[in-house]
Amino acid sequence: MDISSVFFALVTVVAIVSALMVVTCKNPINSALSLVLTFFCLATYYAMLNAPFMAAVQIIVYAGAIMVLIVFTIMLLNIRVDANKKGSHQVALGSVMGIVTLLLTGLILTRGKVSQPVGGITSDMINKLGHTELIGKVMFTDFLLPFEVTSILLLVAIVGAVILAKRKLS
Amino acid sequence: MLGTYLPIMLLILVSLAFGLGSVVFSSLIGQKKFSKVKMAPYECGCEPIGTARERFPIKFYLIAMLFILFDIEAVFLYPWAILYKKLGVFGLVEMGLFVVILFVGYIYVWKKGALEWE
Repeated sequence: MDISSVFFALVTVVAIVSALMVVTCKNPINSALSLVLTFFCLATYYAMLNAPFMAAVQIIVYAGAIMVLIVFTIMLLNIRVDANKKGSHQVALGSVMGIVTLLLTGLILTRGKVSQPVGGITSDMINKLGHTELIGKVMFTDFLLPFEVTSILLLVAIVGAVILAKRKLS
Repeated sequence: MLGTYLPIMLLILVSLAFGLGSVVFSSLIGQKKFSKVKMAPYECGCEPIGTARERFPIKFYLIAMLFILFDIEAVFLYPWAILYKKLGVFGLVEMGLFVVILFVGYIYVWKKGALEWE
């Protein structure tokens, strides 16, 4: 076993343990912090897959911004009070969803071709040209329209957030 | 390949060690004398009034939401900044349109008073 396989195994252990802690922690804030650790593990996977830009975005957007939103949601909902209640139907639904997801993942891994790299970009190209450059080149030429539409999507989200949060004051 | 990430890994390890070290060593080395006053919740020297688990005002959520949206805008600027010289005027117009559309959103937020802290 070479060093990167050992490293991969180590990161996977941390990812699985932290993901388990997200669902088992009693305090929702502890769950949120465990989720940050899971996001960092995912970023490490992106870095190991020769995708440093994705790793940086994973940390900036998910571990940074989205986690702030989740923590604020926990504070807003004040769910500490009914955290000890157990919803049996929720557990049942969650189990069904989990089993279906597990079966689907198994099906994809054994039958599908998702795990193989698709398209013309190889690791050598990424190492030579740079991952961010390759993404940018495709995004600003081939996917020009989706990129511009993203700004409208963000605009809609900005307007929606302001309308929802400011409704009571006016 | 992993060698290029060694500085980042070192940074993460040092910050982890600092965070864990401060907690572990202060509990190992520090004195442990508990009294009723010491264990009481600290609130700027005043007597605590009511529970600290109040619901947070929605304005915090609004700021967090707007932070995410403009954070995503900033993420799109990175690949553009790297390719700035190669894309030239075409890229400038493209990114200009993107930023102007979001600037409209920024002006909307500003005029609606969502950035005011009342």
